[in-house]
Amino acid sequence: MKIHEYQAKELFREYGIPAPPQALAITPDEVQTAAERYGGTVAVKAQVHVGGRGKAGGIQVVKSPAEARAAGEKILGMEIKGITVKKVIVVESHAEILKEAYLGVILDRGEKGISFICSPEGGVDIEEVAERTPDKILKFTATSSEFPEEKARAHAGRLFDDEATAEPVLEIMRGLFHLFREKDCSLAEINPLVQNDRGEVMALDGKINFDDNALFRQPDIEALRDPDEEDPDEIEAKEAGLSFVSLDGDIGCMVNGAGLAMATMDIIQHYGGRPANFLDVGGSSSPEKVVKAFELLTRNPNVRSILINIFGGITRCDDIANGILESRRRIDLDIPIVIRLSGTNADKGLEMLKDASLITAETLAEAVQKAIALAKGEDA
Amino acid sequence: MSILVDQDTRLIVQGITGRDGSFHARQMLNYGTKVVGGVTPGKGGQTFEGLPVFETVREAVKETSANATVIYVPAKFAAAAAMEAIEEGLPLVVCITEGIPVLDMVEVYHAAKRKGCVLIGPNCPGVISPGKSKVGIMPGPIHKPGRAGVISRSGTLTYEIVNALTVRGVGQSTCIGVGGDPIVGAGFLDLLPMFEQDDETDAVVLVGEIGGDEEERAAVLIKERISKPVFAYIVGQTAPEGKRMGHAGAIVSGGAGTAESKIKAFTEAGVPVAKTIDDLADTVAKR
Repeated sequence: MKIHEYQAKELFREYGIPAPPQALAITPDEVQTAAERYGGTVAVKAQVHVGGRGKAGGIQVVKSPAEARAAGEKILGMEIKGITVKKVIVVESHAEILKEAYLGVILDRGEKGISFICSPEGGVDIEEVAERTPDKILKFTATSSEFPEEKARAHAGRLFDDEATAEPVLEIMRGLFHLFREKDCSLAEINPLVQNDRGEVMALDGKINFDDNALFRQPDIEALRDPDEEDPDEIEAKEAGLSFVSLDGDIGCMVNGAGLAMATMDIIQHYGGRPANFLDVGGSSSPEKVVKAFELLTRNPNVRSILINIFGGITRCDDIANGILESRRRIDLDIPIVIRLSGTNADKGLEMLKDASLITAETLAEAVQKAIALAKGEDA
Repeated sequence: MSILVDQDTRLIVQGITGRDGSFHARQMLNYGTKVVGGVTPGKGGQTFEGLPVFETVREAVKETSANATVIYVPAKFAAAAAMEAIEEGLPLVVCITEGIPVLDMVEVYHAAKRKGCVLIGPNCPGVISPGKSKVGIMPGPIHKPGRAGVISRSGTLTYEIVNALTVRGVGQSTCIGVGGDPIVGAGFLDLLPMFEQDDETDAVVLVGEIGGDEEERAAVLIKERISKPVFAYIVGQTAPEGKRMGHAGAIVSGGAGTAESKIKAFTEAGVPVAKTIDDLADTVAKR
């Protein structure tokens, strides 16, 4: 799960990581009021989960409340990568920035631990820094719940190449580590972490992602979820126990198992078609789940054919068949459906569906080619 | 021989009285797996299909001389269950449970390393050595004893591939689903050398997916240390960046973990990468 920059910075403060004063605003009036309160220079920043806000014009630094208002009018309502901006923050920006660095904590799959990524190159895309100048990326890892004090101490002074900042940076590292562990993060990033002309070290921007598996024990984090930022179909699918991702093709897919669902999408592409979605109905799929899956697939106006690929293991093909029959009763479907059932109770499932005017296929390759032909308006 | 499990595997089932645990314990018994008991806190002293149920792993191991455990405990308690089995010194811990908080798995992973325990999973279908022992949730009948090893990050996709091998007459020595989470126990890097050592395995089928860099590392290992032929298949070429594709670990982020990168790594290591499941099974069968 992702949260906004302003929410990340509020969590930073809770963990002793300094960030400049900020105010959330949803109207140009509110932007102006906040700018008046802070006086002087402020930054007006779009709050959306996608990256690339700066390049899209979603961040503006202004010198007066009138300019702030104008910036608010421009940014609120603008589209950034398909997301409409509904909120901005106004950030007090009086201090002069001397240096910008990067500090991130990630769940490190390779090291099987929690890694700190540090770089004296901040304020830019860290992946680009890693690509261009890998020697400017410093990394160290904790493989237990203990803060890696010694390693952190060894790196803290190097971020700004200034020993005077070593103590405050170490404190920030400690805070970020505890935040990461206690809130079940998968990524906690400060970019840039800045040194200003007042001798302070501060988080100017922040990004935090959380482990979805742990949200059951993080109700205060779950409460930060912004439904405006998520695909409503994906939320609905999740509530029904389905895993769903929208894509831009025309073949609706319903598959059991994530790996098989990805393989099905890839094979569609291999034969020249385009999948409209990823949809994993999961193991032990009940008929109700199948009905919900049909609702999601048929809601997409781009879908020209539907491909159902089930390899029965725990999932029983007769349960899937029941779900299909129930869906036909409840939903008016005029989209052609290709079905391929294999494994547990496949014969029983196919027998149940023999009058349901579906197009059947023996193998996945055959099913995919039929679904592609139908999507093009050809005969299967 | 096969790897990890065989006819000498004496298995306990943690969560044996639960909905999934009881169903799959019966399935494993039917397959011929030597299930010797179960553990469910609060239900010690009961029996399940004639097998003793214990309060703790310690009691279960003491009474049954078990040498492996499989975990079907709900996600909230599964990490603690795995930790209990690891601390007890069991050499093989297979964790089926999906949805365990990832930071809990960091602790479990390192505990297993310290104790010399082979941890498989979590969020995995388990391990099967066809005809000998099945430890997990995979459908038994699609497997057939033989000489191909299978390692996969997926569940149903593995079944599909195993089935494609079996219908072409290619049997399997051992099939392992390593799990779809960001942090899992044994991976390609741990299991490939085991297959290399196993005199009943002639070739290895490796099924990878987007996310992480385990496949890239495996490609290097294969080039340097694996003499047996390896055949790869990678899924997720059509997955968009930044979206979790069902498995918590299947995500492309910041341009890393793409299918292209993995395919390139294998190709450069001389490992053929199949385009489709049929293509994969045909190539292995023709070998």
